[in-house]
Amino acid sequence: MTEERIKVEEVSYAYEEGAAPVVKHVSMDVRPGEFVAVLGHNGSGKSTLAKLMNALFVPTEGRVYIRGMDTADDERLWDIRREAGMIFQNPDNQIVATVVREDVAFGLENLGVPHEEMLGRIEQALRTVGMSAYAESAPHNLSGGQKQRVAIAGILAMRPSCLIADEATAMLDPSGRAEVLQTVRSLCREEGISVVWITHFMEEAALADRVIVISDGEIALQGTPREVFPQVERMRELHLDVPRMTALAARLRAAGMPLSDRILTVEEMTEEVKAALCPSN
Amino acid sequence: MNLKSITLGQYYPVESPIHRLDPRTKILLTLALMVAVFLVRSLVGYALLLGFVYLAARIANVPFKLMMKGIKPLRFILILTFLLNLFFTTQGNVLFHWQFITLTDQGLKLSVHYSLRLMFLVICTSLMTLTTSPIQLSDGLEILLSPLKAIHFPAHELAMMMSIALRFIPTLLEETDKIMKAQMARGADFESGNLIARAKAMVPLLVPLFVSAFRRAGDLAMAMEARCYHGGEGRTRLRVLKFTRADLYAALAVAGLLVLIILEGRLLPAGWLL
Repeated sequence: MTEERIKVEEVSYAYEEGAAPVVKHVSMDVRPGEFVAVLGHNGSGKSTLAKLMNALFVPTEGRVYIRGMDTADDERLWDIRREAGMIFQNPDNQIVATVVREDVAFGLENLGVPHEEMLGRIEQALRTVGMSAYAESAPHNLSGGQKQRVAIAGILAMRPSCLIADEATAMLDPSGRAEVLQTVRSLCREEGISVVWITHFMEEAALADRVIVISDGEIALQGTPREVFPQVERMRELHLDVPRMTALAARLRAAGMPLSDRILTVEEMTEEVKAALCPSN
Repeated sequence: MNLKSITLGQYYPVESPIHRLDPRTKILLTLALMVAVFLVRSLVGYALLLGFVYLAARIANVPFKLMMKGIKPLRFILILTFLLNLFFTTQGNVLFHWQFITLTDQGLKLSVHYSLRLMFLVICTSLMTLTTSPIQLSDGLEILLSPLKAIHFPAHELAMMMSIALRFIPTLLEETDKIMKAQMARGADFESGNLIARAKAMVPLLVPLFVSAFRRAGDLAMAMEARCYHGGEGRTRLRVLKFTRADLYAALAVAGLLVLIILEGRLLPAGWLL
């Protein structure tokens, strides 16, 4: 299937009529099983863009299609929200029920899924995110990362084709962040769910298939991480960092060390430095 | 205060046949018991009721003392009811008269009746709240009240609000704790001073708490919408309530009690033991 899961066409959005738009003429698409990271500093419009993809906001101009369904079409609203599941920044403020498995059931209850079918779907969703052992726990006794995984399970139970994560790791500690990111990446790889990962952590964006950098509501840069991050200077202009290793490589290169501009991770750095220092090996 | 182990409401979480009853049964039977309280005519009837709730407490694995504890906050109202009825009833034979105080046998009867009634009303409702978790109660109420949707009574919305409130109580408590510590670190004093000083000290605690509660509400509403929430229409439920044989037995037991109490009112000679 080559059809785009999410298609954003020349979209602009202003919170109020006549106000300055926070998203300006953005066009992008997300293909099946693709992991797209959206980067941008605070107030760049990346969160608004996420909400446009779940029909929480409807574009002032342009169109957003989720699997061919126009988000401006009220008739398809619930289909769109089922297809494009969304997780939010604050893990506490998106859990509705007092027990984990009841929270996972929330979306299913809203969709009117029959009781018998719910049980299996909840079980499966919790297993996928590795939270089966906590099915009967109270959400307030879980860690931040666990709560986000419960939120993801709640979306998964609805069998979506896209997952939109609006800074889902911003409020987590490093281990929680790793745990959530890993869960989402495996969903992407194994279940073929398209992911739009909105973040301001460069290390997370470096793992994406594609990076889109938003600045002032417009797409400033896009491409694979290896195309985007080497543009260290350009990223700085946009008030964004690059992954630490990329930044380090740029400085070493400036100091005369023969390193490539494609370094993103510590491993790649080690390899390149080794090669540069001991060419004989 | 250990925030993690906080229990909500009065619920006494143990296993028992009464805990397992359908919440709808418990709500309806509690109403029936309250009717029974008003049908009682003599001390024999109250003895029957007492026997019934005592037995129920035993079956429910709930200490009987805990059920009686519900009466404590009512003690002033009880005393007031007793005294008012005692002194202001003028009918009946005068038992005692001194200056403007007159006690009659009728007054004594009424005051004993009213205080006992109040006590039993509280005991009967505690029997329900001790054995039913708040979430079950709200489920039960939602279904029982759903016929009122025809006159636009928001049964589903009420139950949803209740369950969200329950979900957020621990979160907000944790937050209160955090804000309190933050304020105390900056020299706030929540513990000393008179009532007014202490109430004033609460302001810097309540303001941030309210602000954050509203922010949470906004976030939650958005998250609920993103998960296709659109009110109670066409909604299915994970928690299904089912009547079982036990519900039938419980209903029969209460019906039996009602019959006994009605008979007691009819058969015993009027005025016998009250």
